[in-house]
Amino acid sequence: MSESLVSRIKPVLGLDNKWWWDQAAEGVLAIQRCQGCQALRHPPRPMCDQCQSQEWDFISASGKGTVCSFTVLHHPKFPGYDYPLIIVLVELTEGTRITSQLTGCEPDEVDFDMPVEMVMQRDADGFQLPYFRPSQ
Amino acid sequence: MKSLHNKAAIAGIGCTEFSKASGRSELSLASEAVVAAVTDAGLAPSEIDGLVSYTLDPTDEIEVARSVGAGDLTFFSKVNYGGGAAVGVVHQAVMAVATGQANNVVVYRAMNGRSGQRNGQGVSGQIVTSDLVHWSWYQVYGMLTPGSWIAMIANKYMNKYDVTAEDLGHVAISQRNYAVTNPRAFGYQKPLTMEDYLASKMIASPLRLYDFCQESDGGCALLITSAERAVGLKQKPAVIRGITQASTQGQEQMTSFYRNELSTLPEMELAAKRVYAQSGLQASDIDAACLYDAFTSEVVMQLESFGFCGPGEAKDFIKEGGLDIDGRLPNNTHGGLLSEAYIHGLNNIAEAVRLIRGESTNQPKGIEHVLVSSGVGVPTGAMILGQS
Repeated sequence: MSESLVSRIKPVLGLDNKWWWDQAAEGVLAIQRCQGCQALRHPPRPMCDQCQSQEWDFISASGKGTVCSFTVLHHPKFPGYDYPLIIVLVELTEGTRITSQLTGCEPDEVDFDMPVEMVMQRDADGFQLPYFRPSQ
Repeated sequence: MKSLHNKAAIAGIGCTEFSKASGRSELSLASEAVVAAVTDAGLAPSEIDGLVSYTLDPTDEIEVARSVGAGDLTFFSKVNYGGGAAVGVVHQAVMAVATGQANNVVVYRAMNGRSGQRNGQGVSGQIVTSDLVHWSWYQVYGMLTPGSWIAMIANKYMNKYDVTAEDLGHVAISQRNYAVTNPRAFGYQKPLTMEDYLASKMIASPLRLYDFCQESDGGCALLITSAERAVGLKQKPAVIRGITQASTQGQEQMTSFYRNELSTLPEMELAAKRVYAQSGLQASDIDAACLYDAFTSEVVMQLESFGFCGPGEAKDFIKEGGLDIDGRLPNNTHGGLLSEAYIHGLNNIAEAVRLIRGESTNQPKGIEHVLVSSGVGVPTGAMILGQS
């Protein structure tokens, strides 16, 4: 198999996270919401650490946020990823953070507090996951 | 809170050769290190009645016990979270000794970290556990290595306090300078200049090659017994003044990215508070340290966690030579994980014991108390060693 056909490592899918990836496949950036106290949380967990409720639903995030921190990965290079690889920690306007990839941006142009927006990435094998790009 | 104060001591240390290709099994390395630690203390392997290692260690306690001819075991345990276990294994041993569960507990870690399973190769797995679900959020984006995870926090900290590449470089060079005179070290007789440091390739910005620790083959072991019994053994005991594990709210393994404040290490601050309270000591009483150093940025941030300087002041502390042999806090005088070897932090504890004994290859003057920490970014721990 040539390297270009190797795909990224897929998430393991368990009872606590599969729903989130199902939403991503539908184009939705989901944020889990506690039905007990309405607190938002990410990454998803079965119980709210504020009120201990296991009842939850989710909201569809606006996809807008700012870069809280970032790193540009150069080495080692794993098959299925493009380098230099810009990894961003995005603070969404809803208040939760998400770790993702920044696209449409040169590695030396990424900066703290930079406004970004979600764009759904669809891989050649059909797998979908949220990326971010500089706000247009 | 004072219950473990001065209850136990490290009475023996043992290390194998550190290399990039041992050509031996981890069981072979572990066995050599364990026997060396016991012999160093003036005991026989048959007197071992407790064994503790890391969950990441491939060699189970009973394999080591059979191999070295240990006595009957009444205590065995393993501690999770990678390098976070370095102090944790000693903590287990101290609790066992202090409560009479065992008399002579050996903690060990042996790995073919370069020729075998390399940390730099990243994580992977098939069975769905909550731990793998956690890693999944990062793997899917290609964030697979310790360097990538630590870089996210390092970058935030460096941006907040205007820390430069040169500031990190001073840490790498200070520790390399120690390693240059340490025959066990990878950096033995291999000096490092700021020019070399800055020219080294970027791996995970802002971290360059020389901000990363070694990947090493080798083993280390420590013998822990009661402070009372240690006095009658062969070596000068390194008495444990205070020891604790520490994990705080929002803790993930390496990726605690969702706490309000990202420019501090809350688990290290907890460890600091507890070891100081337990020992009755404070930062000003600490004469030298072996701060966990998988990455240079970790040393910088820990200086603040343990109160050697205020927030954002670590870069000046380091620039003024604070980590060097004649500085305020000689740190990792063997070269550390950066320049001696990466044996998951146990080799740093071995050096802390040498400092108490007065036997480091780079022995600073007047060492009464040495602080040691374990892994940064993971559930961790710290301890303070003192004179008998």
